[in-house]
Amino acid sequence: MSGLRVLVGCKRVIDYAVKIRVKPDNTGVITEGVKHSMNPFDEIAVEEAVRMKEKKLASEIIAVSCGPTQCQETLRTAMAMGADKSIHVEVDAASYENLQPLHVAKILAKVAQDVKADIVFTGKQAIDDDCNQTGQMVAALLDWPQATFASKIEKANGDLTVTREIDGGLETIKVQLPAVLTADLRLNEPRYATLPNIMKAKKKKMEKKKPEDYGVDIGPRQSILKVEDPPVRQAGSKLDSVETLVSKLKDAGLVPS
Amino acid sequence: MYLSRYFRFCVQQSSHFLRRESCVQQKYSTAAVQPKVDSSFVGALKSVVGDTNVSTADAIREQHGHDESHHAVSMPDVVVFAESVDHVSKVSMLCNDNKVPLIPFGSGTGLEGGVNALQGGVCLDLSKIDQIVKVNADDFDCVVQPGVMRQALNSYLRDTGLWFPIDPGADASVCGMCATSASGTNAVKYGTMRENVLNLQVVLPDGRVIDTAGRGRRTKKTSAGYNLTNLFLGSEGTLGTITEATIRLYGIPEKTISAVCHFEEVSDAVNTVVSILQCGIPMAKLEFLDDTAIAAFNRFSKYDMTEAQTLFLEFHGPAYGLDDQFQSVKELVEMNNGFGLKQASDTDERNRLWKARHEMVWACTALIQGSKPYSTDVCVPITNLPEIVTKTKEMVKEANVLGPIVGHVGDGNFHIFFPVDHSDKETFKKVYDISHRMALLAMDLNGTCTGEHGIGMGKRDLLIAEVGEETLGAMKQIKATFDPNNIMNPGKVFF
Repeated sequence: MSGLRVLVGCKRVIDYAVKIRVKPDNTGVITEGVKHSMNPFDEIAVEEAVRMKEKKLASEIIAVSCGPTQCQETLRTAMAMGADKSIHVEVDAASYENLQPLHVAKILAKVAQDVKADIVFTGKQAIDDDCNQTGQMVAALLDWPQATFASKIEKANGDLTVTREIDGGLETIKVQLPAVLTADLRLNEPRYATLPNIMKAKKKKMEKKKPEDYGVDIGPRQSILKVEDPPVRQAGSKLDSVETLVSKLKDAGLVPS
Repeated sequence: MYLSRYFRFCVQQSSHFLRRESCVQQKYSTAAVQPKVDSSFVGALKSVVGDTNVSTADAIREQHGHDESHHAVSMPDVVVFAESVDHVSKVSMLCNDNKVPLIPFGSGTGLEGGVNALQGGVCLDLSKIDQIVKVNADDFDCVVQPGVMRQALNSYLRDTGLWFPIDPGADASVCGMCATSASGTNAVKYGTMRENVLNLQVVLPDGRVIDTAGRGRRTKKTSAGYNLTNLFLGSEGTLGTITEATIRLYGIPEKTISAVCHFEEVSDAVNTVVSILQCGIPMAKLEFLDDTAIAAFNRFSKYDMTEAQTLFLEFHGPAYGLDDQFQSVKELVEMNNGFGLKQASDTDERNRLWKARHEMVWACTALIQGSKPYSTDVCVPITNLPEIVTKTKEMVKEANVLGPIVGHVGDGNFHIFFPVDHSDKETFKKVYDISHRMALLAMDLNGTCTGEHGIGMGKRDLLIAEVGEETLGAMKQIKATFDPNNIMNPGKVFF
């Protein structure tokens, strides 16, 4: 059980606190000059991996991110939190617009095999696309067991006991290794990187790779037709009687006349 | 000259009040401006900020007419949302020309009725001006606008390894914290707002926009001209509207240790605090909770602590050396009959402990259904702390009211969060009496009636006693200079 190698997927997304604005041409959202940071659920995964290392369950943490050059900042944060080294799989900005979970899952599966990971750990979903697919697809591609929406992870002899957050409450399962885990909100509260750790992270190794190195074709499988704002909320009006309410509902065709 | 006549008028009024006896807190400002905020004035406001940024709706006015204190709501006549410094400037000019009261509004989390519109007027909500203008990570400073809340700032900074440590508990707006000269649990190590603001942009009542240290200046020290930055810090919206603050940042501590320990006697707990500080141990947090407070704490936050006089401690520092600090404190605790000293086992437990500490205001009001928090805020030199805490506890016991004591004893500052229900007039009178006597006792012990919450509405008479006629006169002179029409938050700080 000692010496697990954990591969943690970290996606660079628009920071959760930013007010998202749609581009005037409706082709997407404005990302230029907007604050980005690590997907919060991936932060939770990194934090859990670091805690596993502190408890001597894990011996090495490798952070990986797919995307343009700025993803390297995200990897530096992961290393400042405690990841030992990182891999940046470079995808140019244009192709990145159409990079989908299936592409990323194929890359992560190949990286996992390449580095001989025992655990592939990601956040349950990214806060920009809310897809909630990558972890599950990696498990399918590798034919590994998966424990998604993890809110508690404990070691149990040679396996892991994972408590999952599901619609009905909590489900506890036993998972054999190697496995894919995805982190849910209540798994932990991630640490903030301290200045000394940020400086140490600059010296940690970051490998630069491309999707072709892993034999993955990232050609687009879909195209975005339109992105638009939800309709602006209209002010309501106060009515003075039930009769007026009923007649307005009838006028709006919401109630049979 | 109009101004000097006005000043004489103010001084006369203040000495008139000193001769009065009755419950002076009910009196509003004498240099009163009682305008009519009529539809043409509202129309003028709309043409500055736009129709959607002006509201006379009851719900919005009610929300802007109170903070988290026990003071009853005083609604403004109209709420205006500014979206730029230009808006703030033009609205100020409009109010000044028409002698309409103007009250800046940040987060509404104050504890002294600072935003209550005692004379109606305009409440200027600044939450839409909410950019973090610049983070100068390598210089350890940043520039924020009034709509930036403290927690949002720290979340934004999290990747830089820096944080803004002043922590008053509530998620307050940073500029609001400047207006009240806030502090909090970390003041013992990081200081209060007074020590951590490098520059302020302020819109004066006549609409002029000034940068107190000069535009863009952000040096650790300066000797250039008068210290206007610290003049506006703590002015509680009575001198101008803060529209930007340049604040100091600190490195997130490499290692943190939190611990709790208990004492039978209040004096033992407080003496331990004095010893720790005199040994020069750089505590990050040094908090006292008495047994009543612990009972409230246990109930509200579902804990199981020993109901005794308790100290919550936190150490921040580099990875090495922190354990030695802890050992030194351990010895002092034991020397003063302390028991049950226990470190929080991990980050989650530490966060839970401090979250529960921060929720003490609510834990205390939860003790009496329907109550609001009446908080005291005295601060004395450290060596006078044992005397005032012991005497306070006796006063509370004698009056037979619920008075949980919670405080930043590391700064000589502590609070009682009395849960009061205004309909219970007898208890309210007892609570008022105790807090008044505490403040006067603090003043006898070289202290202040308010360490961090501000004067607001409830301590105007205490301010007069605390600083004396001459100093009060000097303060009113400044007020008259900047705000001759007394439009800025009238009725706060002074009568």
